[in-house]
Amino acid sequence: MSPAPGTRKRKTPTGTDAARAEHRRELLRAMLRIRRFEERCVELYSAAKIRGFVHLYIGEEAVAVGVNEALTADDAVVATYREHGHALARGIPAEAVMAEMYGKTTGCSGGRGGSMHLFDASRRFYGGNAIVAGGLPLAAGLALADRMRRQPRVTCCFFGDGAYAEGEFHETANLAALWKLPLLFVCENNLYAMGTAIERHEAQTDLALRSASYGMAAWAVDGMDVEAVERAARRAAESIRGGGGPHFLEMRTYRFRAHSMYDPDRYRDKDEIERWKARDPVTRLLDRTREDGELSERKLAGIERRITEEIDAAVEAAEQAPEEPVENLLRNVTSGFVEAM
Amino acid sequence: MATGQPDERKTTYREAMREALREALRADERVFLMGEDVGRYGGCFGVSLGLLEEFGPERIRDTPLSESAFVGAGIGAALSGLRPIVEIMTVNFSLLALDQILNNAATLLHMSGGQLPVPLVIRMTTGAGRQLAAQHSHSLEGWYAHIPGIRVLAPATIEDARSMLAPALADPDPVLIFEHGSLYNAAGELAPLTAPVDLDHAATRRQGTDISLITYGGSLPKALAAADELAADGISAEVLDLRTLRPLDGEAIAASVARTHRAVVVDEAWRTGSLAAEISARIAEESLYELDAPVERVCSAEVPIPYARLLEQAALPQTADIVTAAHRAVD
Repeated sequence: MSPAPGTRKRKTPTGTDAARAEHRRELLRAMLRIRRFEERCVELYSAAKIRGFVHLYIGEEAVAVGVNEALTADDAVVATYREHGHALARGIPAEAVMAEMYGKTTGCSGGRGGSMHLFDASRRFYGGNAIVAGGLPLAAGLALADRMRRQPRVTCCFFGDGAYAEGEFHETANLAALWKLPLLFVCENNLYAMGTAIERHEAQTDLALRSASYGMAAWAVDGMDVEAVERAARRAAESIRGGGGPHFLEMRTYRFRAHSMYDPDRYRDKDEIERWKARDPVTRLLDRTREDGELSERKLAGIERRITEEIDAAVEAAEQAPEEPVENLLRNVTSGFVEAM
Repeated sequence: MATGQPDERKTTYREAMREALREALRADERVFLMGEDVGRYGGCFGVSLGLLEEFGPERIRDTPLSESAFVGAGIGAALSGLRPIVEIMTVNFSLLALDQILNNAATLLHMSGGQLPVPLVIRMTTGAGRQLAAQHSHSLEGWYAHIPGIRVLAPATIEDARSMLAPALADPDPVLIFEHGSLYNAAGELAPLTAPVDLDHAATRRQGTDISLITYGGSLPKALAAADELAADGISAEVLDLRTLRPLDGEAIAASVARTHRAVVVDEAWRTGSLAAEISARIAEESLYELDAPVERVCSAEVPIPYARLLEQAALPQTADIVTAAHRAVD
């Protein structure tokens, strides 16, 4: 397996055909890996191997993958409860994510978090927040620390259109713009706050327009086009690193699946879902690479095979991993008094 | 810590807290203070007056009226290696940040499998007695003491105002400090600091043999006054200052009851579901056979605290109520 994205400095595409082809294959691989991982989650959920609330990212992969291209290992990421994609794109091993879904000690949160609370301090991945908009103030604090220490790092916070109605978004946007924090707001506007369509929960549905009123750069992006996402995220991240203050990206995207595994999805027209599926970010990139002769069927099969092997291994490892003994129940409630001033 | 002033000196609770802040800011560059009006205004209770001039606007940071955002920002900054002290004007306003305090600060360490400790200190005022009416007068620290993952402190003396902040900052987990609004003007002699205060133990503020008055924070002066009155009646009351509301020093409570065999719990919160209820339950669980009388509780009346002076005073635990309760237990 090649090094996971987010754990190394990424090469900027040089513009040469070969470099572009390689980069596109990498984007495709990263998106496919998230999709296949989640498709396996559906099977495992149905088999009662994983429990709890499981919110799938299928359809939105271009956002996590494209934005991650603009981030380095020094940057920080704050995500929501629909964060398998963000976690995998950030470089948390599939094995650690899968073990977390199983509630095993080898999970990336030691089995204490599950699907909605993936964490990896070593990769500066700060959740996994299952209170809508709850991660936003925390992201402002991570960015504040960088600003106070004059570190040219970016904190990227993912959240949905539902979070836009919460005061915490508006408090954080005000604070970030007021203090010129190096914060990248990535709003995944998938048009539904759980089951409520955006026109039923927002007075003004142009979220980039509203965000610009805080005095920060804000623009809307085709969230179904990974290359467009990457371009926008790079532009925003470079500006933030250069002292440009917070930026807001409204990613116009769509989830192909229901809100969660429990959701019967009665609130959306089948036609609407089919229209968006026609813009599937994986298929779109696949079509482009094929048109430009950048991906042979043999290479694609190879990519798929390696992903399958990786996920098989992750599932096998999660199956075999030990349960945490009940004696450890009260661990990690407090750290204990360990540091002296 | 040496202050260069070996003798006791006159100071107030407010000044003692300010001195603790100044010392923390001087001692560690990672420390900064953030909150509503902490900078130019000098803190709405005057605690941070003068700190802006000494430490500048980066470290004495005025915030918008956005409790959730700036408490959450404190959590993020703590995760990133800083040592924020967040001031919330009163516990009443802290409810706007309750999500951040409970769902993030108290929870991240556990939810992350031990990866993300949150070394954050949050200070706020609590309590009534100044005719500020219901939305500025409640005592909700007992609610916070309900939550695993945080430490809850209630400095009741000038010494504790001076000395609890440093160990709170050294604690890798979130610490909430509740300062009763009626204590800021309390004046007295401050002994020089000799050793770091420990945050795990209650303090016996007065020794006695007939009854234990168990209290904390703004009710401590009332309990001490009640002990004086009881002494005049020939009753020897011990006064136990809990100091730390979570984790509770259950051993100190049990030891005190074992000495006196009677207890009055004094708590400015409402009686129902209060910290006083928790303490009473612990005494029932662990010290029942030590008791010579039922546990008495002196709490606030079950009413939003009124503005009208007479009504406000009637709603709050008063020295006379403590004396009466003690007599019920002893006589």
